[in-house]
Amino acid sequence: MGVGDRDEGFIELDGVEKVFDVRRKAGFLRRERHQVRAVDGIGFTVPRGEMVGYIGPNGAGKSTTIKMLTGILVPSGGRLRVAGIDPSRERTRLARRIGVVFGQRTTLWWDLPLRDSYGLVRRMYRIPDARYRANLERCVDLLDLGALLDVPVRQLSLGQRMRGDIAAALLHDPEVLYLDEPTIGLDVVSKAKVREFLREVNAERGTTVLLTTHDLTDIEQLCKRVMVIDHGRLVYDGGLDGLHAAGESERTLVVDLERELPPIEGVAGARTVKVEGPRQWLAFAAGQSAAPIVAAVAERYPLVDLSVREPDIEAVIAKMYAQRSGM
Amino acid sequence: MVEVSVRNTDGPAREEAEGPGPRLLHGLRAYGLIVAMWVRSTMAYRTSFVLMAVGNFLTSGLDFVAILLMFSHIDALGGFSLPEVALLYGATSTSFGLVDLFLGNAERVGRRVRDGTLDSLLVRPVPVLAQIAADRFALRRLGRVVQGLVVLVWGLARADIAWTPVDVVLVPVMVVSGAGIFAGVFVAGAAFQFWACDASQAQNSFTYGGTTLLQYPPTVFSRELVRGVTFVVPLAFVNWLPALRILGREDPLGLPGWVDFCGPAVAAGVIALSGLAWRAGLRSYRSTGS
Repeated sequence: MGVGDRDEGFIELDGVEKVFDVRRKAGFLRRERHQVRAVDGIGFTVPRGEMVGYIGPNGAGKSTTIKMLTGILVPSGGRLRVAGIDPSRERTRLARRIGVVFGQRTTLWWDLPLRDSYGLVRRMYRIPDARYRANLERCVDLLDLGALLDVPVRQLSLGQRMRGDIAAALLHDPEVLYLDEPTIGLDVVSKAKVREFLREVNAERGTTVLLTTHDLTDIEQLCKRVMVIDHGRLVYDGGLDGLHAAGESERTLVVDLERELPPIEGVAGARTVKVEGPRQWLAFAAGQSAAPIVAAVAERYPLVDLSVREPDIEAVIAKMYAQRSGM
Repeated sequence: MVEVSVRNTDGPAREEAEGPGPRLLHGLRAYGLIVAMWVRSTMAYRTSFVLMAVGNFLTSGLDFVAILLMFSHIDALGGFSLPEVALLYGATSTSFGLVDLFLGNAERVGRRVRDGTLDSLLVRPVPVLAQIAADRFALRRLGRVVQGLVVLVWGLARADIAWTPVDVVLVPVMVVSGAGIFAGVFVAGAAFQFWACDASQAQNSFTYGGTTLLQYPPTVFSRELVRGVTFVVPLAFVNWLPALRILGREDPLGLPGWVDFCGPAVAAGVIALSGLAWRAGLRSYRSTGS
């Protein structure tokens, strides 16, 4: 066992960078070249058996990180180890120990029924018969795949396909499972099913899970730890509660007044951020109660309707990043 | 719209570091697995398979029908009789058909690079080339091989050949090393698509274009072209040079006699070079966003 195989630093990144050369057409034959730092010096460790959320806005570098952790992309700099293996150098060897699910596209064979895809996976990974049967049975059971096994992948709905993909990624008992947007585009029922299953895999098998997502609910329900990346840098690494505090996130009170009025003023702890006809938006700290603000508005303005919006993760992260660059 | 072309800056996405021998076996095994599965799934629709194979046999035979029509007006083409042209045609069609059968889908790599689906091949524990080549393996392409063989055998039987033991050995060597050369061209073309995703047309001009060229005697083409397919893209070694020896003819470039036997060496060289190109291509893969 190598040093990096220790449980504490099961996944280990140190100053990892990925730089893309981008050439832009600037004329008939002229090309302007510049470099894009998709991942700009990221370092973290994930102990064996942990389930970690990896979030950030579009283009932040989430998928690029996952692709480096699977060996699809080669880092431009820094050190990266998964189970003691350098992914890009020994991609095929690592492949036996990891499972990958890309939410945006399937890793299954488009024209084949699930059953045939799984059979091929079994032979490719050389999964012993008994283990394969047990794993398949378990996945079919928990992910409700029984009726889908003989359906070609292209005929599956997005949610069915995703469940099929997750099962395929787990048949060889991977030690690490990477999920890139596993709930994207799924309906509420499918999302719940997928989350339930992931929780169980993590708890029972001790599978280390790294999950990227846009859906904060995924993180809330699955992960104790969350990492936030923006512009290729890690801007937060810790518990979910700390995230709102760190981002100084705000909730929004949306009020509909009887008629168009100048922006609401003089409400303690809140400020008007937007006015659109009779509707106005007031921002206030996420930790504060909405009741006194509603009362203050209702007392002085002709209130028709109101709603409170929770801070969304994009906004929290955007704010977090703005703070960092302001430092 | 701004066109943005992107190039990777570095680094190897290497295959399993086990040394070339075991790796080759490993790749072949994976290739076999995937092919077997596609064949099984094709055989679920037997009638459809038979019809497709026959269709493939007939459509690929149309080329030869064109040659037959030509010979209904002329007695010789560039000094070659119909059976002699049939030999050339049959040899290159068989070689090309074999490669089209076994590696034909490698040309899809460009699309996979463009849409990023190559990612899913890279996370599996088997070589990417084996997965790409075996993807959607179509046994119906056997039709082209059979058609080529039929014409080849007919040509060999009818042409005026003073058979020697060397000639007898040279026939299968020609077909196999011809397939090797085409295989190298296919893989090199596929590798090129890592840099230019839309290059499959350029590749086609060497593969489909190449086999069409080789169906005709070298004497009907200009010396420059013949030189080009001898020394630049060595397609002349697929059938022209060995077939000319079997037919007892001089080659138009007047090369020394031993060159006629270089097919296997040329095939090995082309395959080695294309393998390097493939590795370099895979290294430069940069995936797509998200």
